[in-house]
Amino acid sequence: MNKATELKQLYQRGKKRKILAILSIFLALLIAIVISVSLGAGSPRFNEAMQVILAKIFPSLGIDPGTELTQIIIWDLRLPRIVLAIIAGAGLAASGATMQGVLRNPLVSSYILGISAAAGFGAALAIVFGISVIAGVGHYLVIANAFVFCMLAMLLVYGIARLRGITTETVILAGVAVGFLFSAMLSLIQYVAPEHEAVRAVVFWLMGGLNSATWESILIVSPIVFVTIVLMMFQSWNINVMSMGEDVATSLGVNSKRVLKITMVLETLATASIISFTGVIGFVCLISPHIARMLIGSDHRFLIPCSAFVGAVLLLCSDTVGRLVLQPAELPVGIVTSLLGVPFFIYILVSKRRQSWR
Amino acid sequence: MALKLTINNLSFNYTSFPVLKDINFIVDEGEILSIVGPNGSGKSTLLRCTNRILKTKQNTVLLDGKDANMLNLKELSKIMGYVPQISTSTFPFTVFDVVLMGRKPYIHWSLSERDYEIVSETLDFLGIGELAMRHFNELSGGEQQKVIIARALAQEPQILLLDEPTSSLDIKHQLEILCILRSLSQTKHCSVIAAMHDLNLASRFSDKILMLKHGCIYAAGTPESVLTEENIELVYGVKAHVANSVLGRPQITPLMSEFNEVKNLKTSPETTAKS
Repeated sequence: MNKATELKQLYQRGKKRKILAILSIFLALLIAIVISVSLGAGSPRFNEAMQVILAKIFPSLGIDPGTELTQIIIWDLRLPRIVLAIIAGAGLAASGATMQGVLRNPLVSSYILGISAAAGFGAALAIVFGISVIAGVGHYLVIANAFVFCMLAMLLVYGIARLRGITTETVILAGVAVGFLFSAMLSLIQYVAPEHEAVRAVVFWLMGGLNSATWESILIVSPIVFVTIVLMMFQSWNINVMSMGEDVATSLGVNSKRVLKITMVLETLATASIISFTGVIGFVCLISPHIARMLIGSDHRFLIPCSAFVGAVLLLCSDTVGRLVLQPAELPVGIVTSLLGVPFFIYILVSKRRQSWR
Repeated sequence: MALKLTINNLSFNYTSFPVLKDINFIVDEGEILSIVGPNGSGKSTLLRCTNRILKTKQNTVLLDGKDANMLNLKELSKIMGYVPQISTSTFPFTVFDVVLMGRKPYIHWSLSERDYEIVSETLDFLGIGELAMRHFNELSGGEQQKVIIARALAQEPQILLLDEPTSSLDIKHQLEILCILRSLSQTKHCSVIAAMHDLNLASRFSDKILMLKHGCIYAAGTPESVLTEENIELVYGVKAHVANSVLGRPQITPLMSEFNEVKNLKTSPETTAKS
């Protein structure tokens, strides 16, 4: 057999393994959805849940959707929350994978550009003082503010980094600085806030949660997340090449500054649209790419979608656990992701022989 | 396919500090040119200006007489391959993945038959076929250097630029890498431009040598004409003895640097060098 075909077979076998891994995570996600929709406050279990979903999706089948209470619990409370968990987990994780790759740094999360603190500041401004940067947004006041301040943070980071020439180092340092700036201003707001109630609301917002999920919010977030993930995947080859350094990328015909700018915008759009609705959900964006990299390696063509699925499973499971453990009360999902994610992450870290970063 | 590279009045400044001044030289197809000179004399900068990692003025780098600035980065990357001084990858990639990156200028999303052929051909050419599925970061320095050269060759370049390709390698790998470059210039008519620290290796493998001092060309030409005792003393500040090696090329033995002379440090266990 000729060597080229031999090599091709070897490579394609590896590729098949990667696709299989992604499919099994997808399967895990489906199982997680079924479990999550069948559990929670209120009586409806698996059968009732399936009936409601089928009746709503295929009204022509004439399936009995059950009582009105069942319908509300499944269709208006549990399902939107599940869908938002999936979209948010996928978007945050894909952004994290992209930014870690582009900035060549395994400690980077999708909050590297200071946008979590900026979102918090924007939200606090709206919650405490009712100040909006856009007029006429009504009950989207907090969301719009958080989103706008995320974008502002990105522009600020970009502007500061540009002063010394955009490199991975300047972007990371500028991101950290802008993050500190906004968290200081956030603390200031909390410190001077006139009412305790408002401060409580800010703290609650910062912990992040999916309990306010509605179909309306999903309709806004999902197209943004979907499109940005696809556009990030278009950059896969560029990001692969950039992991060998900027000079090498240039010598292979890749303009790394341009790729950095494009991915910064995509990452901020995805993350900002998610966290303005959910509050700051940490950690998913940091560890999902690592888990994915341990499973399928560093080729971003596979890593970005794989991270997205891992993030979706992780966030959905965390949120489901958060809903169930303290019934009828709830644990904020941000707390659960860290409490569950850290031991899991440490487990794969020590059980895996090969380092997946240097 | 063959290409003539002309460097025409090339100058380069980092902010206001001039690094290269009025560099002029020509590399014909299949020629091996070594750039030598002390640390900080501008060797790496010259390489990086040639393939536009650093931007230079119009009409300073010419390919067959045409301004290379007229090409975009992707077109240029199909002509020039680059092997940097140090190669690390932040995240784990297999040897196959790394060499495949050299196909980046040709790939859109999926791989073509030609990509597999070229990768397997270059792995074979460098004798590292059995490493294909190993992880790059787990290889030895010599193996890594071969992988990086394979990546540059996968670009199907007509000019190969290397920044100190042998400086961290043992003598076996030094010899192997330089023989690979020789064979590349002879069989594929690929021009090779390498920044070199080891004057003896440069002398042995180059057709032409360019000696830089403070960013200017101090001497250029055949190894015999450039690597003289006088030039080495004036450029490196080192007294050296130059003789003909068994291979008929100049062989340099450094004897005494100015610093050692001032401090009266001995250069070998028994004798102080005679000047």
